[in-house]
Amino acid sequence: MKRLPRGWRAIGWAGVVAGVIAAFVALPPISLRSPVPSVVIGLVALTVGIGSWIRGERRIGGYAIAAGVFGFALGYLATRSSLEHLEAAVVWGALFAAMLRYATPLVFASLGGLFSERSGVVNIGLEGMMLTGAFFAIWGADVTGTWTLGLAIGIASGGLMGLLHAFFSISLRADQIVGGTAINFLALGLTSYLFIKLYAREGTPTDLSTIPNISLDFLGNVPVVGNFLDDVFGNLNLMIWAGIALVGAVWVVVFKTPIGLRLRSVGEHPRAADTLGINVYLIRYGAVMLSGMLAAAGGAYLSLGFVTTFEKNMTAGRGFIALAALIFGNWRPVGAATACLLFGFSSALGKTLQEYSTSVSVLFEALPYVLTIIAVAGVIGRSIPPAAVGRPYTKQ
Amino acid sequence: MSESVRQLPEEPAPESVVARYGLLQRAGGILVPILTVVLAFLVGGIVILLTTGSVADTLETYREIFKGSGLSWFFDVGNNSIGIPFTDAHVWFPWDTNEAVSESAANLQQTLILWVPLVLTGLAVAFAFRCGLFNIGGQGQYLAGSIAAVLIATELPKAVALPSFVLIVVCVLGAMIAGAALAGIAGFLKGTVGAHEVITTIMLNWIVIWVGSYLFGVGGPFQTGASSALPSSEDISEKAALPVFWGDPFLQGLHIGFFIALAALVVYSLTLNRTTLGYEVRAVGHNPEGARYGGISVARNYFLAMAIAGLFAGLAGALDILGWQFRLDTTQLQGSQIGFIGIAVALLGRNTALGVGLAGLLFAALQTGTASRNLDPSVFNPELASSLAIIIQGLVVLFVGADVIILLALRRIRRTRARGATA
Repeated sequence: MKRLPRGWRAIGWAGVVAGVIAAFVALPPISLRSPVPSVVIGLVALTVGIGSWIRGERRIGGYAIAAGVFGFALGYLATRSSLEHLEAAVVWGALFAAMLRYATPLVFASLGGLFSERSGVVNIGLEGMMLTGAFFAIWGADVTGTWTLGLAIGIASGGLMGLLHAFFSISLRADQIVGGTAINFLALGLTSYLFIKLYAREGTPTDLSTIPNISLDFLGNVPVVGNFLDDVFGNLNLMIWAGIALVGAVWVVVFKTPIGLRLRSVGEHPRAADTLGINVYLIRYGAVMLSGMLAAAGGAYLSLGFVTTFEKNMTAGRGFIALAALIFGNWRPVGAATACLLFGFSSALGKTLQEYSTSVSVLFEALPYVLTIIAVAGVIGRSIPPAAVGRPYTKQ
Repeated sequence: MSESVRQLPEEPAPESVVARYGLLQRAGGILVPILTVVLAFLVGGIVILLTTGSVADTLETYREIFKGSGLSWFFDVGNNSIGIPFTDAHVWFPWDTNEAVSESAANLQQTLILWVPLVLTGLAVAFAFRCGLFNIGGQGQYLAGSIAAVLIATELPKAVALPSFVLIVVCVLGAMIAGAALAGIAGFLKGTVGAHEVITTIMLNWIVIWVGSYLFGVGGPFQTGASSALPSSEDISEKAALPVFWGDPFLQGLHIGFFIALAALVVYSLTLNRTTLGYEVRAVGHNPEGARYGGISVARNYFLAMAIAGLFAGLAGALDILGWQFRLDTTQLQGSQIGFIGIAVALLGRNTALGVGLAGLLFAALQTGTASRNLDPSVFNPELASSLAIIIQGLVVLFVGADVIILLALRRIRRTRARGATA
């Protein structure tokens, strides 16, 4: 950190923390049974948020207001609910582990989308690329007998989908949205076709070689928080760790290397980049193919690591959530990954809230999309896309 | 942190979509759409060929799909008569309409039932496109219309006893308003803060899907009382069902929504080409800066174009509920592709009324012809065929998106040839 936030920024952050605490005091293991602390702390967060909003810290002020309202509401609802219900639904270790599981496919896909969009090519075909990766990873693992080759085949299939998108949107200068829509159709059709053709009767084999979990038993020995750490990180899939590493790697590549600078310049001002001798087409081709490969890796985790089977249209909109996370995270790797975690947490919470009501938990599925609309509408700081995104480049 | 740098985003130049579109309009011609379709079916044929392994089987499969689509009905010309409505008089008619149970007629009714929403969602995409907006939210607007229609058609009759006609009109209007409101959000955000309509409409699609799943899912507030495990709405009141004018009303005959869709095509064409509103919408679509300079409010037209697009898609949802589905379940909410096929319809139909009508017929026929009830499994596995239909749709969209390059290539060839002639 270069510098700590000061002034109203710092106060705004404090408001966000207060909002979280407001909810936390009412939840296990503290489980205060009176709504008063939640309400008071929530109101503090709200006031502080409004303060920093007025003082110009719109984004963080907005977050503090949102955190205050949510903390207030969640805390209040938790005190209304019975303790048994609460302890069954809110198991922090399981909740965070589930969050990581739900977030990982999103992280891969949205980092993939980051490369494509930073290079100036809109990629709404992420969904299709994920689906392709999910199918071909299973198929590859089935045919070759090892998950490593399955994963590689899945990633390669996503790369090919990326190549198709790149060819049409870069070389043929087709509309990128139309191209992405076509990719989604093609991937859905192709994977269902092959799935029915190859696995129609009995589904994908159950004895597949799948991506292993990494067991970290020593975490349980850590004092005080050992159990919690073990619950969250003790038995995570290899791909989850890969996803975490990938966030750092992408940040370094995009912001700290010459190739990243070229990528960003191509997405912001391709003409200027071209005059400096950067091969715009090459960078864009590479970025779009890489985006397909990463999205496919997310899909491969889904099919070969998470649920270990394939179903028709199994990604079910995750590619679009990844896109939403990318936008919500303002086209930055850490921002996008944080958004994925937030959306993953909302999915995990939605699943555990089935304890209370299956119908209401469904509404949590809509949360990522609502937040993203709020983000692009500029209510809480505006998300600004790369300047040249969506426009084909013609070399002169 | 670049928090302090608050730059206003530039007005996203719609050159890519609109410039391309203008070129296409000028190039006109039905050649490229036809080439696109032929190419897509050729590639689809290769897929079948790889599966079946023989050319004869491939042709047989396509023939069966064609038969299953019911379009063969048009070739069954005979010496028949048709009754004139409200009279006893009969006049000569080339096709047999009495034979409601005939296979080709029943299949054609299926195709045309599907044609209705495909045309209307196609128009929803097309209308926004003429304003330079890419409305990818046809699906969400269609579902919003469906949800509104099903809610009104199940709840309103419980409160007041309305005549059938009034109830249907209320349902349709409610659905259209719901679609327009949803699309209007995207248009409003585009016009005021410049939020890209593709992003907002994608997000709105999913919001509608999940809100609908909440409403009609297990434990939801409007889930059917018939079975607590069934994630579906109640059946709509019989009074709200659209009258069927061709075929068996109990076996999904063709409902009067068919004429509403035909009328919508005419309304679309007239609105765009014969009204001030249409002129402004097209002006903004061609060149927003120019339109602004000419005194046209760009933001207002973005909003109006999206809202009108939503009207069409909402209408599609209402007609499907009242004439075809009669209820809404979560599988349908999450799995329906109508609004997305509408994108393909609009793209292939070149955003013209006639084109949308024809492209809608093509995709409706493709869907019906590959449906499991219409395709003989001994010829080709219908499940494979419906996946094939999705592949063909994808190919059409892919090739349609790239047709500018075909036009440019054609133009270049022509120019080189002209140069060669003068030299």
